[in-house]
Amino acid sequence: MSFLSCFISGISLGSIYAIIALGYTMVYGIAKMLNFAHGDIIMVGAFAAYTIVSTLGMPPILGVLAAVAVCTLLGVTVEKVAYKPLRGASSLAVLITAIGVSYLLQNLALLIFSANPKKFQSVVNLPALKLAGGELSISAVTIVTVLTCVVVMVCLTSFINKTKKGQAMLAVSEDRGAATLMGINVNGTIALTFAIGSALAAVAGVLYCSAYDTLNPYIGSMPGIKAFTAAVFGGIGSIPGAFIGGIILGIIEQLAKKYISSQLADAIVFAVLIIVLLVRPTGILGKKIHEKV
Amino acid sequence: MAILEVKDLEVFYGVIQAIKGISFDVGQGEIIALIGANGAGKTTTLHTVTGLIRAKSGAIFYEGKDVTRIPGEKLVQMGIAHVPEGRRVFASMTVLQNLKMGAYTRKDKGEIAENLNMIYRRFPRLEERKNQLAGTLSGGEQQMLAMGRALMSHPKLIVMDEPSMGLSPIYVNEIFDIIQKINGDGTTVLLVEQNAKKALSIANRAYVLETGKIVLSGDASELMNNDSVKKAYLSE
Repeated sequence: MSFLSCFISGISLGSIYAIIALGYTMVYGIAKMLNFAHGDIIMVGAFAAYTIVSTLGMPPILGVLAAVAVCTLLGVTVEKVAYKPLRGASSLAVLITAIGVSYLLQNLALLIFSANPKKFQSVVNLPALKLAGGELSISAVTIVTVLTCVVVMVCLTSFINKTKKGQAMLAVSEDRGAATLMGINVNGTIALTFAIGSALAAVAGVLYCSAYDTLNPYIGSMPGIKAFTAAVFGGIGSIPGAFIGGIILGIIEQLAKKYISSQLADAIVFAVLIIVLLVRPTGILGKKIHEKV
Repeated sequence: MAILEVKDLEVFYGVIQAIKGISFDVGQGEIIALIGANGAGKTTTLHTVTGLIRAKSGAIFYEGKDVTRIPGEKLVQMGIAHVPEGRRVFASMTVLQNLKMGAYTRKDKGEIAENLNMIYRRFPRLEERKNQLAGTLSGGEQQMLAMGRALMSHPKLIVMDEPSMGLSPIYVNEIFDIIQKINGDGTTVLLVEQNAKKALSIANRAYVLETGKIVLSGDASELMNNDSVKKAYLSE
């Protein structure tokens, strides 16, 4: 029973990684850049929710909506101010800029909210689900997190496959020039991708802090790096890959914490990444590049 | 009346000048060929016309309107389609999804469906393979898809970059047949080709590009009998 409970908490943690990883992978697929500030968007989302719920005493649902609104705006602004002027620049310049944005966001949060950890009030206030005569208890946050991840995945997949904007995203990710020739506004499509990725980061931030109760300006960096690992693990650029990579990573992390060592859990997670990359450099679902001439 | 008029166009890649002040025009309903060797600036010219590259100086007029600074995606809406070199179909999308991408700027679903049927009539193979991934098509089929995709925007002017490159002789003939049919339906064609013989055989007029300059122009039939053209491009 304790294995099962550990497994379930792994799926829940993995769901959060998956939601963050979706943002990483979409931005990578479409803008061809690694947005290392993505983790800090999570933190901003959590602080937005914290301000609304704990400081202003408004209902949690408003906190979630505020987090999504703030992060969407922030993501689009960062893209426009920091990344768009570097379109066509070397990927190293973009990467350094992303790290710069990450530090900027962390330090702004430090300035506004100070380094003292805050107690984050969970946005899910429901009783835990008790199964097997009370032996297996699944918290409401866990259930909400997993459900959210599934809903996000279903919505995102149908958005990309069924809508014109979604198809435009696929086209831009494959060939920017050819997409322009179809009449697709490439810059607009990239901005939309950042908006969606950042909105997802906000949701992930709220869920992450609801599960761990605590909040500080650096809270985003670890889940950010883990989600990046998940995205690479699943095959960067692939949406189902980010989902699968996130879930597997979460399960590995929780099982490692329980059965091996909680101090070594992170090291084990990254070691698994290295092994996967050695065996399958493109990740689990990564696309092989084959072109026919 | 000229549907497209290019005046004193100059294009640079960094400090390197690729196009050194060229002027040409494309009349309504014509097939115009741009011929020249590798690196002469043919593709650069087309990319500048369809807004993928910005000109340093000079002007491009489309239907009398200055479009030099208009971004590529807006030109599609105005009626210019571009079949790029190397086809550049969306390999991970199906044939049908590729064709629908071509109609991205259009809103009327009925007209799009009608257009799609017209393209299936012209390229029956695309209909047979509509649910196949574009990346799995043969080179000739990909070329047809790239052309069909461009036609889905219902263009007035279609620009084609090396449509016969890398194709088997049978496909080459078929592609040139199709270009003539597209033109017969009233679409103006600006064609870049290394296969100068074929291009001149279907074009009304042609321009010969050499290292970023137009060195010769005239009726296609005249150019075909021009000694320097024969020597340099028709390998006679």
